[in-house]
Amino acid sequence: MITETQYARFDALKLDAGETLRDVQVAYETYGRLSEHRTNAILIDHAFTGDAHAAGIDHEGKPGWWDNMIGPGKAFDTDHYFVICSNVLGGCRGTLGPSSIDPATGKPYGLRFPGVTISDMVRLQKLLVDHLGIERLLAVTGGSMGGFQALEWAVAYPDAVEACIPIATTARHSAQQIAFNETGRQAIMADPDFLGGDFYDKKPPARGLSVARMIGHITYMSDESMREKFGRRLRDRQDFSYGFEIDFEVESYLRYRGSQFVGRFDANSYLYITKAMDYFDLAAGYPSLAASLERATSRFLVISFTSDWLYPSYQSQEIVNALRSRNHDVTYCELSSNYGHDAFLVDIGEQTEIVKGFLAKCTREFRGLEARQ
Amino acid sequence: MKVREVLGRSDYALISGLIPSGARVLDLGCGDGALLEWLKANKQVEARGVELNRELVQRAIARGVTVYQGDLESSLRDYPDQAFDYVILSQTLQETRQPLAVLNEMLRIGRNAIVAFPNFGHWRVRVNHLFSGRAPRTNLFPFEWYDSPNIHFLTVIDFEELVKKQGWKVERRMFLARHRRVETSPNWFAEVAVYLFRQPG
Repeated sequence: MITETQYARFDALKLDAGETLRDVQVAYETYGRLSEHRTNAILIDHAFTGDAHAAGIDHEGKPGWWDNMIGPGKAFDTDHYFVICSNVLGGCRGTLGPSSIDPATGKPYGLRFPGVTISDMVRLQKLLVDHLGIERLLAVTGGSMGGFQALEWAVAYPDAVEACIPIATTARHSAQQIAFNETGRQAIMADPDFLGGDFYDKKPPARGLSVARMIGHITYMSDESMREKFGRRLRDRQDFSYGFEIDFEVESYLRYRGSQFVGRFDANSYLYITKAMDYFDLAAGYPSLAASLERATSRFLVISFTSDWLYPSYQSQEIVNALRSRNHDVTYCELSSNYGHDAFLVDIGEQTEIVKGFLAKCTREFRGLEARQ
Repeated sequence: MKVREVLGRSDYALISGLIPSGARVLDLGCGDGALLEWLKANKQVEARGVELNRELVQRAIARGVTVYQGDLESSLRDYPDQAFDYVILSQTLQETRQPLAVLNEMLRIGRNAIVAFPNFGHWRVRVNHLFSGRAPRTNLFPFEWYDSPNIHFLTVIDFEELVKKQGWKVERRMFLARHRRVETSPNWFAEVAVYLFRQPG
């Protein structure tokens, strides 16, 4: 199916940082059909560098980033569900972000764009969901940073979320996660082409951005998956170069991924979104994580993966244990995979089975607004 | 439909008979969630399960049961006091490291506990042990000593004594052999014992 990115605009969005953004555009896609009673809508939240194109094929023939999970007969079965995915605030794929034109100056915002948070992103998504006429989502889900947003939804808008499916994620960034992000940011800002973020009419800080992406890619894989995929294999050569050309397959792969990324992602968005991730702490302002989840009324399905060392299972278990301590309806499974953090995107067999079963139950037991009083 | 036909485990049939409609139920070691699914469908219970085995957890989730993948003993402490009406531990007590701690936690998080365990005092076990001079192996205890999950062996008398010592109040006790009820000398003839008990008062 060819999918079309759509756009919605909202007059104003108040941010956690205190500022208010005007004329906020959101890029989104939808798949499937909204039911008569509007009880079958599922919001998909994308991960760090994702976009609104989650499923189907776009005009350039590119499949959506979670096309293996969304579609007829798939986990998020578009024969039954109405699936929505929007690009996050601060992004560079159609939603307002630092590469957008600042109406005050007529030039791209660059680093004059205000700092954004995960809850800002979710506040904007709520405007979109309201705009689409959906009072209560059947489910909110996402992996990695998408999981942050799903959790934020469950806490910020408990009446609007029947079920929450955070995958390969955490309730707050750890020092290690912040450290990887900071290293990426420093790589970008150290690039002479960065020019304090005002590079839009020149060339982008390609070297810095691609190094940042290389680091990111390492954290998305696992020791085992890298060993299987590359091992110590040499790239198109029999012997070492004894120089600093590409010797190893893995070097070639990372460089390719890095340079490819430069073409599709904005360096300033990289800075803003990674900061939003680092600021994220669901428990901020509460005595405990459990206390922050007190407000949530959703059913939860929490999924983690054995080889994910970027968002290790213990972080999912923290969420689950906090939910159990408040006697929430929470299902948890640590799926077995060698693919590291990428597992939620690529190793989807078992994930599909449990998401299907869980959604079927949530559909059967969908609680109308009256029933929850 | 009879629960036994659905579930094929005699202790399940008994356990479902003990649980009233609409109860909040936690099944420890819930396996693939068959009992909970049946209780949800037929008794409209609010069902939760704990299971360690990944494949079983996946099957339970796929059938729509709320299940937590984790170690039974370490997971109990996270539940709040009196969160459930019934906490079930079926055929697993003898596999726990600290059975008494588990039982106490069950009575903290639940108003009632239901425990089913294989009776090590059954005559066949005793005879087997007496004449073979080896660790008993029967249809109920089919494992070699080195690969058995059972690490605490208890009998009906043992459990009765513990109940007395702890001051728990037994609401129901039922004994089974080959899917039939045992009415006399349960410590000789019961293969499986099922207790429903709670804190006194």
